[in-house]
This record gives sequence, structure tokens and C-alpha cells, in this order.
Amino acid sequence: MARKEPTPKVDRRKFLTAVAAAGATGAAATTSANATGAAGAASARLPSALPPTAQTIAAETATPPAELNRIGGRPGSDYMVDVIKTLDIKYLPANCASSYRGIHESLINYGKNTMPEFLTCTHEESSVGMAHGYFKATGKPLLNLVHGTVGLQHATMAIYNAWCDRVPVIVVGGNDMDAARRPPGVPTFHSAQDINAIVRDYTKWDDTPASLQHFGQSFVRAYKIAMTPPYGPVMLSLDAGLQQEAIRAEEEALYIPKYVASSPSQGDTGAVKEAARLLANAERPVIVVDRAARTENGIRLLVQLAEALQARVVDMGGRMNFPKTHYLSAGPAVVNSADVVIGMELSDFWGVVNGFTDNGEHGGLGVNRAKVKPNTKLISISSVETITKSNYQDFQRFQSVDVSMPADAEATLPALIEAVKAAIPNDRKAAIEKRGEDARKAKADARARTLQAAAIAWDASPISTARLSMEIWNAVKAEDWSLVSSAGNVSSWPNRLWPMEKHYHWLGASGGYGVGYGAPASVGAALGNRDLGRFSVSIQSDGDLMYAPGVLWTAAKHKIPLLAVMHNNRGYHQELMHVQRMASFRNRDSNNANDLGPVGTSIMNPDIEYHKLAESMGWWAKGPIKDPDALGPAIKEAMAVVKSGQPALVNVWTQPR
Amino acid sequence: MKQVFRIALAALAASAFLAGAALAAGDAARGKMAFTKYGCWQCHGFEGQGSVATSNGKVLAHELPPWEGFSAYVRSSNTGMPPYSEKILPDGDLEDIHAYLTSLPKPKDYKSIPLLNP
Repeated sequence: MARKEPTPKVDRRKFLTAVAAAGATGAAATTSANATGAAGAASARLPSALPPTAQTIAAETATPPAELNRIGGRPGSDYMVDVIKTLDIKYLPANCASSYRGIHESLINYGKNTMPEFLTCTHEESSVGMAHGYFKATGKPLLNLVHGTVGLQHATMAIYNAWCDRVPVIVVGGNDMDAARRPPGVPTFHSAQDINAIVRDYTKWDDTPASLQHFGQSFVRAYKIAMTPPYGPVMLSLDAGLQQEAIRAEEEALYIPKYVASSPSQGDTGAVKEAARLLANAERPVIVVDRAARTENGIRLLVQLAEALQARVVDMGGRMNFPKTHYLSAGPAVVNSADVVIGMELSDFWGVVNGFTDNGEHGGLGVNRAKVKPNTKLISISSVETITKSNYQDFQRFQSVDVSMPADAEATLPALIEAVKAAIPNDRKAAIEKRGEDARKAKADARARTLQAAAIAWDASPISTARLSMEIWNAVKAEDWSLVSSAGNVSSWPNRLWPMEKHYHWLGASGGYGVGYGAPASVGAALGNRDLGRFSVSIQSDGDLMYAPGVLWTAAKHKIPLLAVMHNNRGYHQELMHVQRMASFRNRDSNNANDLGPVGTSIMNPDIEYHKLAESMGWWAKGPIKDPDALGPAIKEAMAVVKSGQPALVNVWTQPR
Repeated sequence: MKQVFRIALAALAASAFLAGAALAAGDAARGKMAFTKYGCWQCHGFEGQGSVATSNGKVLAHELPPWEGFSAYVRSSNTGMPPYSEKILPDGDLEDIHAYLTSLPKPKDYKSIPLLNP
């Protein structure tokens, strides 16, 4: 990067040299003192506390020069803080790093550590995961600072999850770009030509500002891009020199661009009408949604569409799209008999209308088959089509559809609802009403079957995941609750049994299935819910927690109330089944050594005492709970702690799924 | 005839286990160990309760097919469940597993469980 010499005073090069010299002097002094101490022990018996030198007395008591400022002006990173403060970013979860020391200092001192407030994290994967969860609870993005390059390397899986889950996180990576001027050694190991390249395949946009005004433009642009549906992560590489040097004379007229939110894209009018015509005339229309409802209003709109058509709604669970208690809420099997399927913001349309059986047949390819009839009409509304990239395969298998709208589903719903109402022929209205009556009966029958399935192994030890889920529900049902993290690894019992109706009742999963999302996303979402007066509960799996358990400390440090109830099945269960499957396909015994699962898949012998792990980081914790009758009382104790404002964890030994 | 014998054996084992008879209980008890040893629990749960995530919702406890269908399915499954040959899961152990699953007590009616009737 071309950079003019900083105007007058002390330039960066001299400053860094001075710091290095001071450090060397300090090291030498320390060494010398140690040597003196060793020698003195044998001779003069110096007192343990020596009187301060004149230099020390002066440093501690004298009035400092009024204008002690080695950079010779206002730091560039102060302007960066001014820019950041215009964007309503409340928190900054980050692991500290030298490459962003300039802006770090500005944020906490010049910026008074507010809007954003720095949250101390112990791993960059945790800090980005926290931002991921926070957004889904609040609808507001956070800022993440990471060290370039190694901190960003730590953060990458969490950024990939955010990309796949269409969540905006604003990642800024410190990077000292000037090879001739940056300190040698570690800072140079941690620098790169283009740190953004690490995450370019799974961010919506990135930039490397070359001037302060460039930063101002790019930060606001990054925020705007991240917050335009489909949401997604963005990345800025922030040069250390740009942070640390003074604002130059020619930059005195720095301005901060105004942020104006972009309107989400809507489906083409003709395509909306054609979709409405197909739906209005369908015998068995089915609505399938994944991340269609970005807001509470999105849920209301989906209810309106479903009721206008009396169409069953399958919620794939990327978000809380449709009330689980609604009579039109249905399981995925209803797709099989549909004559029209409209998919909204689906991450995998192919997987909705096709099935894959991993049975080793066809040369190991397994069996692929269509679930729907050949003449079933398919409609897609998906904003993600507008940001498809090449390398990472989150776009899934290609599915041909009859009407395709690369647009935001929630923004398109009002027009689609009106078009559907206008398109319904009078002679179809009775049949549509009948469809609703059938749906009510089917819903009641399905509910009874689900409850009876939950009763199986109710008193088992290890504790069944249905019992686990309902003991938690019993404890939180009187609160304004939010299930901040849970995956299908408890057989989706909460989604099947809890009366999820509000958009924060269910925040979806990781997006990219990168394990290690659950704990940090829960803490981040709990942070957002804390400020909104909601009660946060997570079902925390064991393998997930062990990727970066330090986020437990962050929760305790910043007093983030969260009830974490563990689904501790003592293994990487998905992988355990994969290895078992391979062994069966190859007609071999599976080598379990002394564990329950194949070698390399169990987390036992020794068993991890997660309750002690949590306690060591400032949580109230209890466990391991193996008796199902002891679970309810343990959760009740934990509830009291959480309601006092602290995090609490209950370690529960559970059935595998 | 062999199949009939197996069914009778399994039924005997199950009924004897339920009645507390030592010999038959041993068969079901061995079946419980075999159920764990051969990894059946991984998808079906330790109690045969199954899961929508791992067994497509299939419940083994209380919905178990007779021995003939059960063993044929285990030996030649081409669904999501991988097949288990006699080489890796001998007939005797599979019979014990069948006896174990048959021995599992009937689940409670969900209407009798307060937490399932909020």
C-alpha cells in the first residue's frame, strides 16, 4: 500500500523503534536485576522492596506533560470509532490482538467502551459465534475484531456458519501490511498480503481500506451489504498503520457517510401472479419454509398466506417461520402428495422434494428418488440465488422449478397474498375450506402420535431426549422464553412438543453444521435476550461445547444469564453412526476398543465433568444427572440462578438421540 | 421349521423374562448387551425408542416384527439401516437382541404423564 510519510512529529517507524528499544532495555534491566538478586542473596541481603529510584518517583508523582502524544495528533483509529458509533452496534465480542491494538485503545478509551462495548472472548470462533446468535435474537449485527492472520483462521468456521445461515456479522481483521515498516518477528508472521482471501468464498463483500476516508466509506458499505437480505458476513482488513498513525492534515475534512437501509428485493409481478395462479388452483398445495420469516411480521404474513390457501406449512427450521401450534403446521411427509409446492428461502430445495438413502447401493452412491409426483409444480422464492458463489457447496444440488423468483420471500409475501386472494376461483372456495378441516384433524392425530412417542423410555437412564426436553419446558414455560440453541440431535423434540409461536422461541441451527456453534451462539443470543428481558435456555451438546468452552467464562465475566441443559450422550454421535455404517457395508466388526462407539467417536473413558468445567469458569452447575426423576429439581435450582442474572449449567447423561 | 423354532424361542425368552425366570432372563439380558455391543443403540436408542433423526421415527420397542421378518430385515436391509451379516452379528446374538426388545415393558400412556399433558 502506498502511504505518504505521516506529517511531522514522530513517525510510526521511529515510534516502533522506540518501543522496541524500550522493550530491550526493560528486558536487560530485568535480567540484570535477577543477576543482582542472585548475587545479593549471597552477600548484602538486600530488602525485598527496594526504595524507588528518582526516575520511578518522577514517573509516579510528577504531572505528565500536557500534550504527551507520540503520534503527534489525533489517532486515525479515533475516527474509525466515530464511524462505528453511527451504526448502532451495541457489542464487540473479541479476543484481543496486537494487530488491532490501535483501534482497541480508541474503542475503550476514546469511545468510552460503549456502543460498542468490548466483550472479552477467549477464541475468535466464540466471538463470531456470539455475534451469530446475537443477531438471531435481536435482528442487530455485532462487530468482531480478529487478529490477522491467525485470529481470522480461528474465526473461519464461525464465519462459514454465518454465511450458510444468512446472518450478518461484521468482521474486521488487524493486519500490518507495510513489510518495510512493520515490526519483524511475530507481527510479520501474523501479517499477509490479503487476509480477506481466507474468507472471501463465504462473505458477501470484503475490502482493504487504504486511507481513513476509505475506511469510513467501506465500513458503512460493509454494514449496508451485510444488512441487505439475504444477510451475510462481511470482512474488512484493517492496516495497523492506518489505525495507529495520526490523521493527516489533508484528511482533516474526514466525513462519515450516512447509512440508509436498502429495501429487500421483491419478486417480479408477473412471476408472483403465476405463482398465485398455480397455488389458488392446486388441490394439495404445500408451503415449505426455511428462512422465510426474517421478523415477527414474516410469521404473520406466512399465516395469512397459509390460511388464504388452507395449505399445510412445513417449517424446515432455519428460523421460526410458522407457529407450531397452528393447525396448518405439518411434517415434511405432506410434500409427498402435493401437486404444488412453494419453497421460500430454502437452503436445499432438492432435498425437500427428493430423498437420498445412504445404503451403499449403486456402487456406493446410495439411492436417490423423487418424493413428489412427476407433474408437481414447484415455485421458488429465494434471495440467496442472488449471492451464489462457486467454491463452497452450500447451494446444494440443483433443483429445476416452474416459477423461480430470486427475491426476498418476506418482502414478496404481501404481494403474493393479495395475488392469491384475487386468483382463487369462487368454485374452489368450498374445497379450500374442506382442506382446512382435514388439516385440523390431521394435526390433532399427529400431536397424539408424537406425545405417545415421547412417552417411550420416559423413565430410562440415560435420560431420554423427550424427557429432557419436557423437563426443560416445564421449567421455562412461565417465562418469556427463547430456545437459543438446539439441534436435531435431540430428535427435534422441542420443535415437536413446545408451543413455539414467537420469532424468538426458536432461533434455528448453525447453518453450515460446523460443530462448535451451539455454545457461543447461545451465549450471544442470551446476551441479546438479556437486554430484551427474555429468558434464554439452550440444549447444549457435549461435543459442541468442547470445541471452545472458554465462551462459558465470557458469559460469566459479562453476567449473561443462560440456562444450559446438556444433552451429554458422550460421543460424536453422527460420526459414530457413520463409522458403524461403513463397517456394516464392508462386512466387518466395528472396533470399539473399550468405548461404546467405534474408536475415535466416543467422548468417554474418562467422562468429562462438564459441570466442573462450567464451575471453574464462574457458572453455577450441577451434574451429572442420570436419574430422570432428579432432572426436574436440578433444572429448578438452575432456573433460580439464571433468574438472578447468572449463567447455570445442568450436565445430563442422555440417550443418544 | 427353524424359523418357527426361533420365534418360539424368542417368545419363550420374552415371556419367561417377564415372569422373572432366570434362564430366559439371561437371554434377554444377553440381548441387551448384544444390542449395545453391535451398535443397535446408536440409531434406535438403548430402549429401542428410535428417533426421527436416526431411525426415521421407527420404534423397535413394542412395535417389533416377529422373528422371521425381524431377522430378514437385519440381514438384508437396503433402507437407511445398513445390513448386518451373520459374520458380524451371529444368529444367536440376534435372537438374544430380539428377546431383549420383546422383553421391554410397554410404555406408559402419555395421558398418564403430567409433563406430556401441559
